[in-house]
Order: sequence, then structure tokens, then C-alpha cells
Amino acid sequence: MDLNLILLASVDGVSYASLLFLISLGLTLICGVFGVINVAHGSLYAFGGYSAATLLAWLTPHTSSTPVMILALFVAAAVVGGALGMLLERGLLRFFQDRDPILQLLVTFAAFMVLEDLQRMIWGSTPVSAGDLAGRMGTVELGGVTFMNYQLLFVPGVALAAYAGLQFLLRHSLAGRQIVTVIHNREVATALGINAARVGTLTFALAGALGALGGALSVPMTSFVPGLGAEMIVTSFAVIATAGLGQITGALIAALLIGLSRAMVVYVLPELEVVMPYLMMVAVLLVRPHGLFSVTAARRI
Amino acid sequence: MRRPLVPLAVAAGVALLLVAGWIWPSARVPLITFLCYGLAALGLTVLLRAGQVSFGHAMYAAIGGYGAGFTARYFPGTDALVVLGAGVLASAAFGAIVAAFVTRYRGIFFGMLNLGISMVLFALAGKLYAWTGGTDGLRFERPTFLGMVLDRGEFEYAMLGLVAVLATGLGWLVQRYFVSSAGQVMLAIRSNETRLEYIGVSARAALAQGYVLSAVLVGLAGALLALEQNLVTPESGYWIRSGEYVFIAILGGSAHAVGAFIGAAVFEAIKLGAAAYFTNAWQMLLGLTLIAVIFFAPQGIVGCLRRTPKARAPLDHGAKAAKDQDTVPATGHTTKGGSHDSLSY
Repeated sequence: MDLNLILLASVDGVSYASLLFLISLGLTLICGVFGVINVAHGSLYAFGGYSAATLLAWLTPHTSSTPVMILALFVAAAVVGGALGMLLERGLLRFFQDRDPILQLLVTFAAFMVLEDLQRMIWGSTPVSAGDLAGRMGTVELGGVTFMNYQLLFVPGVALAAYAGLQFLLRHSLAGRQIVTVIHNREVATALGINAARVGTLTFALAGALGALGGALSVPMTSFVPGLGAEMIVTSFAVIATAGLGQITGALIAALLIGLSRAMVVYVLPELEVVMPYLMMVAVLLVRPHGLFSVTAARRI
Repeated sequence: MRRPLVPLAVAAGVALLLVAGWIWPSARVPLITFLCYGLAALGLTVLLRAGQVSFGHAMYAAIGGYGAGFTARYFPGTDALVVLGAGVLASAAFGAIVAAFVTRYRGIFFGMLNLGISMVLFALAGKLYAWTGGTDGLRFERPTFLGMVLDRGEFEYAMLGLVAVLATGLGWLVQRYFVSSAGQVMLAIRSNETRLEYIGVSARAALAQGYVLSAVLVGLAGALLALEQNLVTPESGYWIRSGEYVFIAILGGSAHAVGAFIGAAVFEAIKLGAAAYFTNAWQMLLGLTLIAVIFFAPQGIVGCLRRTPKARAPLDHGAKAAKDQDTVPATGHTTKGGSHDSLSY
């Protein structure tokens, strides 16, 4: 394995890790507030990608400006992801709030099944992509290898911005502080006068937008087919389990670890590509049963 | 569902299945599939009683299937029952290994770790083309059945008979396990594990035992399905399939072993109906049904059926429950309704 291959693999790995991180962020937020893994999050990713592709296809005859198209990606993700996330919380999960977490998990699984068919009805099963946008942002040459700016700079940049933005939001804004309080203890938060239901809806909208953003960003790089959402949700679960549930910085590191190791393995042992995230997860959980960055939790009897 | 009625209903059901399979040969495959799904869901019901859901149990169906497939392929002339046994043995062995570390986890981690392991196996089954035949699956010759060389129709009928016997026998055995003290410990894991540990019972050991039992049941179902088709594909271990098994277990309910089979019957009916009338939306229909079941009948169909007679004649196997009192704190098996805490199925 020479230097160029390592460079190539790391760029691939970092851009894949950025997408994984965006999805994992939403998952881990919802998991913090609701104590539930939202299986339907994979559908939000797919919906984000498909709707961004549709919007881009509609825009192409009207404009040739790249910034407008980039903006379109974000708008599609925020609108579709935010609305769907809110709908999931308000229209579905709210009615199962007092049930056992496992039953809530199954409800999100059911929602995933419904959304998966809905997506197939809207966009069919032919592959959808928007490749020309990635080409428009130009290329750069590094050590004799040509990279697309989109993959090298833009996608990781957005992921880092999302990370910084979320950290800022959670630490310094009122809504963010409320989310943290509800994650810490729902009952006490309610007693302090925080509207936990509103915080829940907000979290879902935010998480949905982040998941859909992951999809929207990946649509210029890969083609979307049915079943992609399922793969993404399972992989990003591996990320948050490796990191420890509710760990945002941990998710960033775990996403990088998993993304890079997966990209490296493509060049060494291609058979293991799909397996890599789970191998990492199992290996980490064998040593640290609750993830790399987990904190000890009080045991309630 | 009063107790004397259950054996009668089961006997009538099995007789009806066998007659239907005899009269309509085309009904044999759907009937075998239904019973195999029931067996697999029974495996998940075992875990469900401990409040655990596995999103990866279809891997045991795949292991059972590949175990059977490899045996039939590399040892030609092996009898169907030996092939079946090899499949079950493979999934039991793998289940025991996985149980050793998966039983440390509960809830979401338990479900998702199983999912992770099943995804590894699914990917390997699809990628290791030289051994598993890749995504096309592993095809093998139809083995002899108890030494008899049968043609396709006869083999299917023999399989139907075998599956019916296995489903009845194992359903009865698993129900015996449910009311035994070992089975009651599983209920205690669901309601309060810490208290269980305080009285000196190892929740991990009990869960591991249940886990291997569930792996065996799902593995048997997978091996049977593979035998019936003479084919095993990675698809049989995909996580969507695991989800279907969980779905059936929830739909049927975990209060009685017969629930898994009732759930499987309803599931197959929905699937067949949806395939006929809503070809593109059967998954959506299943999802909506699941939401409705969890909302209106979190105890499943069996839970609904049991509620009324229980109210009239409580503790109809009170003797057994009383016997178990010394090992297990009073858990909700005979006092159904799930009102004492938030856990309800």
C-alpha cells in the first residue's frame, strides 16, 4: 500500500465519516432525550437525499450558479428532515411516551417500514443521483492525486460546522440548555418549568434536519437506491454504540475511526468493507461494554 | 382461552393443516413457511418474556440454513433429519458463543448488538462467494427423508408433517419452560433484575439459557425453510427478516407459546392479502399493523384472548405459581394486565 493509496483512502474515509457523523448526531440526540434508538432515522437520511436530488434536478434548467445549488441542498434537508422529524414525534412517538423503551423502538421500526415504502412510491427504485454538483466545485491536486473539492473540503467542513454549531447551541442557547436539562433528568426539568414536550419536538426536528442533511450531502457523491437508509442507520448505530450513547464528541471520533478503517480496508481486504463498522463496534464493546467515551450512570433500583 | 381448549384447538388446527396440505398441494409451501415463522417467533418470544428484543435473530435462521446446506452438499446421501440436526447444532453452538457476551447487555444495546453481529454474518455470507455461493445462495440436492427417496410433492408433504409435529411438540415444551421456575426467572428479569440478583439468582445465566433456546428455535426454523426449498440465501439472515420475527412475536404476544403461531398466521394472512391487493405497499401495511397492535394491544393477540377468562377464574395454574414462589418474587405471569409497572407486552 503506497502513500497515494493511503491519501486516497483517508479522503474517502473522512468524507464518509462526515456523513456518518451527521446521522449519528441526530440519533444520539434523540437517544438522549427519549432513550430510544430511532430506526426511522435511516429513512430521514434517504428522504433528505432523494428530495435534494429532486430539487437540484428542478433547479438545473433555471440556474447555473453553484451557491444556489448548495443552498438548495441545505434547504431541502432542513425542510424535509425537520418536517418529517417533527411529524414523527408529534404524530407518532408522543402517543407511546409512557411505554417500555423496547416498544418505542419497535414503533420507530414500524415507522421505518412505512417510510421505506412511501419513499419507493415517490421516487421508485431506479438509482437517483446529482453527480454534476460535485464536479462544479472543481478539483485540487494533492501529492499527484486529483481530488474533488466537494469531497475533500466541503463535506468534512459542513460536518465540522455542524459539530461546532451543535456544541454552541447546547452550551449557550436557551433551547439548547433546555435540551441538555431534559436529557439529564426529564422529571426534574419538567419541575423546573421546562416544557419537555416542546423540547422533544425540537430535538426531533433538529435531529431530522441533521439526518436529512447527511443524505442531501451524499447525493452528489453516491447514487441513492432503496435500502440505503437501512444500511446507513445500522452503521451509524455502530458509531454511537462505539462512542457511547449520548456522546457527541465521542461520535465524531468514532465516526472518523469507523470511516477511516472502512476506507482503508477497501484497498486491503475488500470483502471486509461492509463488515468493518460492526467489527469495530463488537471489538470496542467487548473491552468497554458501554462504549469508548461512556460515563458511569447511577443505577436506579 | 381456557386450558382444556388449548390442546383441543391445537390438535384440530394440526389436523386441519395436514388435510389442507393433502388436498391442495399448492398450499404446502405457504403452510410450511407459516409454521417455520411461528417456530422462529417462538424463539423471540422466549427473549421477549425477559423484556429483550433481538434485531438480529434471523442470523440463527441463516446459520441453521447454511449448516443444513453445507451438510447436504458435502456429505451427499445424508438423510434430511441428520441435515436438520446439523443445522440446529450449528446455530446452538453459535448461539452459545454469542450468548456469552451479549447477555451482559439489556434493552437497546442487546437488540442492536445482535443486529451488528447479524449484519457481519449477512455481509460475509454475501461476500465469501467461493464458500456460500454469494447472494445467489447455496443450492443442494433434495436429501432422502427417513431413508425414502421422495419426489418434490411427496417431500413437501413429508416436510409439512415433520414441521407440524415439531411445532406442536416444541410449542408444548416451550410452554412447559415458560411456567417452570427457569422460565419464571425470565419474567423476573423483565420486571426487576436488581431484586432478582439480590435473592441470589444469576440473571445473566438465566438469560444465556433462554438465548441459546431461542437460537435453537430460530435455527431449526431456518434449517427447515432451507430444506423445504433446497436453497439457502444470505437474505434469510437479513435484519429486515429479524424484524419480521420480532413483529410476529409482538403480534402474537408472549403470554403463551401458542401466541407465536397465532401471530405467524395473522402475519402470513396480512402478507398474502397485501401481496394480492397492495403489491407495492405490503411493508407499509405491516408497519401500520405493528403500530396499531402496540397501541391497542401491547400484550398481543394472546394477551387479549386471556384477559377475559382470567378475570373470571384467576390463577388457574395457581399450584405451579405457588411452587415457584420460593425462587421468584411474584411476577406478573398469573396476574396479567401489566399494571404494576410500565413494562407491558
